[in-house]
Parts: sequence; C-alpha cells; structure tokens
Amino acid sequence: MVRDVGLAEELAQDALVVALEKWPKAGVPDNPGAWLMATAKHRAIDHMRRGKQVERKHEEIGHEMEAKQEAAMPDLDAMMDDDVGDDLLRLIFTACHPVLSTDARVALTLRLLGGLTTEEIARAYLVPEPTVAQRIVRAKRTLAEAKVPYEVPRGPELAERLSSVLQVIYLIFNEGYSATAGDDWMRPELCQDALRLGRILAELTPREPEVHGLVALMEIQASRARARVSPSGAPILLLEQNRALWDQLLIRRGLVALERALKLGGAPGPYVLQAAIAACHARARTAEETDWERIAELYGVLARVAPSPVVELNRAVAVAMAHGPAEGLEIVDALMSEPSLEGYHLLPSVRGDFLFKLGRLGEARAEFERAASLTRNAREKELLLGRAAACGDVAPEVKPPRSRNRRN
Amino acid sequence: MRFMILIKANPDSEAGVMPSEKLLTEMTKFNEELVRAGILLAGEGLHPSAKGARVRFSGNKRTVIDGPFAETKELIAGFWLWEVKSKEEAIEWVKRVPNPDGGESEIEIRQVFSPEDFAASDPSGEIMKKEQELRALTESRLN
Repeated sequence: MVRDVGLAEELAQDALVVALEKWPKAGVPDNPGAWLMATAKHRAIDHMRRGKQVERKHEEIGHEMEAKQEAAMPDLDAMMDDDVGDDLLRLIFTACHPVLSTDARVALTLRLLGGLTTEEIARAYLVPEPTVAQRIVRAKRTLAEAKVPYEVPRGPELAERLSSVLQVIYLIFNEGYSATAGDDWMRPELCQDALRLGRILAELTPREPEVHGLVALMEIQASRARARVSPSGAPILLLEQNRALWDQLLIRRGLVALERALKLGGAPGPYVLQAAIAACHARARTAEETDWERIAELYGVLARVAPSPVVELNRAVAVAMAHGPAEGLEIVDALMSEPSLEGYHLLPSVRGDFLFKLGRLGEARAEFERAASLTRNAREKELLLGRAAACGDVAPEVKPPRSRNRRN
Repeated sequence: MRFMILIKANPDSEAGVMPSEKLLTEMTKFNEELVRAGILLAGEGLHPSAKGARVRFSGNKRTVIDGPFAETKELIAGFWLWEVKSKEEAIEWVKRVPNPDGGESEIEIRQVFSPEDFAASDPSGEIMKKEQELRALTESRLN
C-alpha cells in the first residue's frame, strides 16, 4: 500500500500503539494479527490523505478498501487473513530485495518479519547494536532511494527475487543452527525464526517448489539438533550421531514438505536437491543403511544445477561411499587445482581418507598432515594428526572395511 | 519455543459424542490459520478414555487398568504441538480456539523441553565454544 518500508513500519508501530491503548478497554480482538494490519491500513489511508502528494489513485484504492472492509463485515476475519498474507509477502520481498547487501537483507528481515529488536539481532550476530541499527537505517534509505516498489514481483523477476528471499531465510537458519547450546539462547531462536518464516512463506506461495524444498531442508537439519553435540560438548558428525535423538516429528514434516515440492513437478532446484539428500540420511535408520548410490546421484544433479567446488567435494565423498575410494579419488584429484579450495582443510582431509582406504599410506599421511596444518580448529587438528600417525602404524596390506565412517 | 496444548476432556468427548459440523468447520479453519502462521507442528484428537488403558507402576509391579476413567476434567481429549515465540503468544492463540457449542472445557498450555534447557550443565560455556567447531566439521559436508 505504501511504497516506503520505513513508513510501513512506522504505521505498523502506530497500529501497535493504538492496540495497546484499545485492547485493555475493548479486549483483544479475535485475530490480533489481522486487526493490527487492518489498523495499520486505516492509518496508511489517513496518512496518504493528509499528505500533499497524495494521488487520486491512492485515495481510490483507499476508498475501495474501506468500502470492501465495511461490506465484508461479517467475514472480515477471512478477508483480513488474505490481506495480511499479501502484506507479509510484500514485506518479505522488499526486505530481501537484491538492491540491499546480504547483511542488510538479513537484518531487515529479522527486524520487520521476525519481530526482533535491533538489540536482539546484534546479540544473535555478535555485532555491536549501533552497527545493526545503522545497517537497518541504511537499508531503508537504499530502498527509498532506489524507489523499490513495495510489492510482490511477478513474471520472470519472481524467480530471481524468490531465490534472494530463500537465501536470506537459509542464512538466518544456519546462523542459528551453529548454536544448539551456550549461554546465549538467541541463536537457536534464529533457527526457529527462519523455520517459521519458511513455513509461513510455504503457505503464502504454495506453488513454488523451492520454498517447500527449503522448508524440507531446514526441518530435516533441525531434526538433528539434539544429536549434534556430545554431553561433553564435542561435535558429532552426521554418520556418528545417535539417530534415536533425531526429532522424528521434524523429519516427518521435512519429508512431507519435500513431497509437496516434488509433486509440483519441474526440474528440482538446489534447495529441493539438498532436501532430497538430507532426506536420504533422515530415512536411514542406521548410518550403514544410507543409500549412498542415491546421494551420489543427487549430488551429481546438484553439481549441474548449482555447480560449486564444495558440492563437488561432497559428491566425491558420496561416490566413494557408493562405489569405492578409487572413484572418489578421481573426483577429488580434479579439484586439486581449484583456487577457491586452496587452504580448505577438508580437501586434503577427504583425499587423505581415500588414499588411506586404498592403502596408499605414505600419500595419505602427507595429506592428513597438510589438512592438520590448514585447520584452525584444535580438536580437528588433533584428529587429523592422529590419522596421520595411524598411517605409519598400519601395515600397507591391511585395508580397513569400506563402510567404516570417516573420522577426520 | 515448543508448547504442547492439551485439550481437556468433557462429558461429551468422554461419551464419544462426535463434534458438531459447526465445530468441525471452525476447527478446520482454526487449524488452517495455525498452519499459515507457521506454528502448527502436529495435533491429534483422542478417542474417549473408555478405549484406553493405564499401566500403574509400583516398584517392579505393573498393573493394567482398563478405561474409562472417572476424573473427566483431568483427562485429555486432544493435543497440538506448537512452535511459538513465547508463552504469551501461545495463550493468545489458545484464547482464539473456537468453542461454538458453548460447552465448558479447559485447555492447558505446557512448554516442551528443548536441548537448550539442559544447558545448565554447561556453566563454563564450553559447549558453546565447541559449537564453532561443530559447524566447521559438519556444515560443509554431507549436510
């Protein structure tokens, strides 16, 4: 309705003040969310009428809306729900507009849609509060200067804009996912915020497979939260997690969301593919039951849809699990000259593992040592040096069984 | 945070009286709203306690008691699992649960334990520190 996010937010706050004044007397309305949005709209209409630059068109829309609201009094709730949905969607797309930096999109989304205060956002991202406040102010200014229309994009623009929205939500999720414990409970809450935004978005745009894909991916990843840390605080790798601790409710929800995405048809996008991979792990009752063949295949498709050296490295691991270390090694060897993986400790660590399984212990030792020198993580360094040492102890003809989990 | 919303039984639900069409319609609509707000994780309605049983524990002894059970108001007729920001939000939503047949009933709101509730065993923040490692180790591979 209003072109300006700053204004929209102010109006929303206005509405909140009215709510705070009125609710104690009149009681909380049946649908507080819809009521807030309706009040904000009335305020917006007032505001536009007051302003000198009000165009006749706006006023017409305003009248139309008021008329509609009055006419539809009996079923106001249902109508408001739809309008609230549209408003939310507009807000999501505006907050995640590509004209903004990624940091700004994240901050604005959490502020406007997650309902977090700047202080909470600052705490969640471990940055000073003024930084966040400034980021938000600048983001609003950028949106105003670029005259970004406050609307849901259509046609070819939709796909590009939607991918920005999904990226922001997933970034927020990952920020939260990295903290399942600690003194500061803001971070796991980020995970919940992202999941909720994803779930809401999935209902607002039910025909977008990637939205359901992202929701599926987040639900399944969130299902493992409890299993990812040992009681002593040590991280536990996926294949070594106690699957009894996985949240079956979230897994089920994830699988349902994935099914929704696949039912919509079309070539699967990166989120649907990642969700499908996550689902393979979620379906396996034990690590040994994992369908590596299928995972390798999915990584193959993902590598074509969204090529990246890290995806390729993951594909190498899956291929090695499915078809043996020699085939995995081939893929990894092709990545050795990849500049973006230079200094990335997982490359030599994975390569060392393949070489170890192939019995090429001298080469394996060198790779583990190189990986150990690249990681800044003390615990990981220790593990890698341990593996390097093991290369010297094991006789070359003794090959460990292929299905054993890698510990690097 | 996650809340379990416990819908207490009433004489009708215990007698196996099926909900009226009006109630069903309104409940469906309410459930849709919960889904659209992104908060509904799960929910089910339960058969009367006459179809259930209890197992009483006393040391090593187990005694099975078949339903129905007398204390109707303490029994549960259904539940939701919600993921909301606060208890206040859960309360707001529960207030909006439809009750078109005008009967007496009660809904109980209980917070579900989550991993972070057990972090009292992490006073040193050691787990938090390990989290950084966890991410490096797990995020970049195999999901």
